[in-house]
Amino acid sequence: MNENKPSASKRALNFLGNNAVPIMFIIIIAICIPIAGFSPTFLLNEIVTRLSRNAFLILSLLIPIMAGMGLNFGMTLGAMAAEIALILTSDWQIWGIPGIVLAMIMSIPISALLGLICGRILNAAKGREMITSYIISFFMNGVYQLVVLYMMGSIIPIVHTNIKLPRGYGVRASVDLTRIRKCLDNVWSINIAGVKVPLLTLLIIALMCLVIVWFRRTKLGQDMRAVGQDMDVARAAGIDVEGTRIISIVISTVLAGIGMVIYLQNMGDMATYSSHSQIGMFCIAALLVGGASVDRASIGNVFLGVILFHTMFILAPSAGAVIAGNEVIGEYFRVFVSYGVITVALVMYETKKRRAKAGMGAQLAAAQQEGDKR
Amino acid sequence: MSNQAPLLEMKNIKKSFFGNQVLEDINLTLGEGEVLGLVGENGAGKSTLMKLLFGMTEIRDTGGYEGDVLINGEKVSFNSPFDALAAGIGMVHQEFSLIPGFTATENILLNREPQRKSVASEIFGDRLDTLDRKEMDRRAEDAIEKMGVHIEGDMVISDMPVGHKQFTEIARELSKEQLRLLILDEPTAVLTEREAQALLDSIRGMSKRGIAVIFITHRLQEILDVCDKIVVMRDGVLIKDVPAAETSIPEITRWMVGRNVSGAGNAHREPPETPTVMSIRRLWVDMPGETVRDVNLEVRQGEILGIGGLAGQGKLGIPNGIMGLYPAGGTVTLDGQEIPLNNPRKCLDCQLAFVSEHRRGVGLLMDESLEWNVAFPAMQVHDRFLKPLLGGLIKWRDEKAIREVTDRYIEELQIKCTSTKQKAKELSGGNQQKVCLAKAFALEPKFLFVSEPTRGIDVGAKALVMEALEKLNRESGITIVMISSELEELRQICDRIAIVSGGRIAGILPATEPSEAFGELMVSSVV
Repeated sequence: MNENKPSASKRALNFLGNNAVPIMFIIIIAICIPIAGFSPTFLLNEIVTRLSRNAFLILSLLIPIMAGMGLNFGMTLGAMAAEIALILTSDWQIWGIPGIVLAMIMSIPISALLGLICGRILNAAKGREMITSYIISFFMNGVYQLVVLYMMGSIIPIVHTNIKLPRGYGVRASVDLTRIRKCLDNVWSINIAGVKVPLLTLLIIALMCLVIVWFRRTKLGQDMRAVGQDMDVARAAGIDVEGTRIISIVISTVLAGIGMVIYLQNMGDMATYSSHSQIGMFCIAALLVGGASVDRASIGNVFLGVILFHTMFILAPSAGAVIAGNEVIGEYFRVFVSYGVITVALVMYETKKRRAKAGMGAQLAAAQQEGDKR
Repeated sequence: MSNQAPLLEMKNIKKSFFGNQVLEDINLTLGEGEVLGLVGENGAGKSTLMKLLFGMTEIRDTGGYEGDVLINGEKVSFNSPFDALAAGIGMVHQEFSLIPGFTATENILLNREPQRKSVASEIFGDRLDTLDRKEMDRRAEDAIEKMGVHIEGDMVISDMPVGHKQFTEIARELSKEQLRLLILDEPTAVLTEREAQALLDSIRGMSKRGIAVIFITHRLQEILDVCDKIVVMRDGVLIKDVPAAETSIPEITRWMVGRNVSGAGNAHREPPETPTVMSIRRLWVDMPGETVRDVNLEVRQGEILGIGGLAGQGKLGIPNGIMGLYPAGGTVTLDGQEIPLNNPRKCLDCQLAFVSEHRRGVGLLMDESLEWNVAFPAMQVHDRFLKPLLGGLIKWRDEKAIREVTDRYIEELQIKCTSTKQKAKELSGGNQQKVCLAKAFALEPKFLFVSEPTRGIDVGAKALVMEALEKLNRESGITIVMISSELEELRQICDRIAIVSGGRIAGILPATEPSEAFGELMVSSVV
């Protein structure tokens, strides 16, 4: 029947509807590039830097989405674990690659523990994972402050005064990571037409992508997809639904911790009390800009998202300065846009679900009319 | 020898839910490769019996059962469906149990996927084995072949026509090597004619391979076509156990609906020959599990019209659709005026009222007092029980009038409560139902829909509810449409009874017709 096949125009419309956010970003960026007036080399350099800095963190979001738990705002927990690990390795004066590797290894048990707690709480709040994980990240931020502000230096030994607060305990607002700055990035990097490419970091990210691809083919990956789509059916088939969900959050938190170490070694400086607080929001915004939704995200979404979202970040202040004569306008705009993108993505997800439901009624009415013609 | 013992034997099975006997002394035997057709009205106990056999936890949670289940002569006691599966029993449920985004193959082998070891799985455990896709395809293909109905293994469930989903489920059971007994709960309900035929062939095929099948359906012809023997249940009792060759559809229908008390229906009065008050044209309703398709119905002024039919055929969809609780289309006119659909408030403004079958969800404010429950809708809809103050600027609740009306209904319906201030949730089910009625009565409607008014309440309360409805109709001349799955109940107070089958009106008969006539209509176009 002809009616059942969508026409070309309808399909184009569907494509636009499904990819509205990335398309919108491409248009904005296309407008901003000439206004901001950056040289292509500068722009590419910035994009590559930010890609290597952020991609691993965003990859950590993919697995909970596969398990049907939505966007894991709880990745902040992994970031906190990484920060604690980095504070300690800095105090121990372990720098360079060994420092980075040690920080990664130390972050793993902390992340795993936090992820386990988070996963158990999320199991008690099925269907409300996103808001719950968001609030958990606030709660854990309090615990983190308790540890870093009061326990470090008093219970946990901190020796160096450039890390410790003058009062004798607690960590300063900023920890200097200059001596591990870009260690990973500089190990093996090449220069292509003026663009510095940190090959090792990119290789680690590529490896992670392969691991995710492989993971999807494992029994555990298959179970997670099943749990993500229908918990009751999965349970009836004998899959341990709760356990699988916890594992997905633990993996995500651990990866976020490792990702955060990569992120901070690139920055070379750590704001002890605020580095982690925005990271979840920006990673999620980037993933959504790349065309992901609450229940579907691919590796392609990660890379498209990082590139689009961060190109926007680079362009917005200068474009804002040119248009409104004020850099702050551009800064304001990019924060505003990232929250806006998350809101739009959440609303669109709900709308799609509702539309699918309403479609049933339309089918019934159509079937009735079909009957008339006969 | 144990080989001589039948595959399945059920002896003196008894089961009660909270003192309510739902299965009484069921005895059943089933040999290898035998096909048994299980028929009965809704609530006859078929599902309970099958749940019991399949080891569903809800049976154990509600106090277990009496009697013995024997497999190959050995007594078994299943604690969960997994135990039943291990013993070789498979069940295809009425609701699909499939992962929508998976292919047929992935669903057939869900959680039983063939796997391959890898380095990671040696370190981190079996769950990191990779899936052996080739082997999966092969096993799924085998199961599909065993079933004898072809479906595409790599097709995603959400893209499948509904019949293929059903076949996927059957293939999943067949892919289990230990399978010896397959329970099919209304598998043909969602199938087209041709698909249903294919399924029947498939059942014959299974039977030849030595797999016994218990086949539950409302389509009696299918039962006669494919089954070796037929078991008829009614009100928790096994009525008949006969070889399929020795019976016929009219006979089975009679066993299904025939009650011990052969009531002659409502002989009190002739159906009134009054003009039409409500006319329903081409109504469709998208109520999950109770889909209504193209219903045309005329309701006469001052009558009690019954709507009956088997569960899932759409009888509940009719009032829910008209009252705007589920998406609906078509035209409904009351007194020549069209009622806008999908708009509950407009319906209430038209002096339509609805007593929902969903008492706790739609019917009552559980945490509020009886007074509130009775008066709230009338206050909302018709501004009754309100005193205007300051020239109508503020409306004040008229507590006294509310108490009076509540007291009146408490007395009239004999609602057992401590006071008009008691909370609705503290009442028993039967009394809650009476409050629902009082609430609808307080609206003083012209036209009343009552859906399953006696479901889950005891005999005494049932009689009172029926009496109250009858009185409302006779004394105030209010037109009532009553929806019930209990035919005898409808025959007691209704003037005419419409039977819904397959989402459509199968026929309308005076209540004085014999039960068998209604029974035939019920199964006439079951989907």
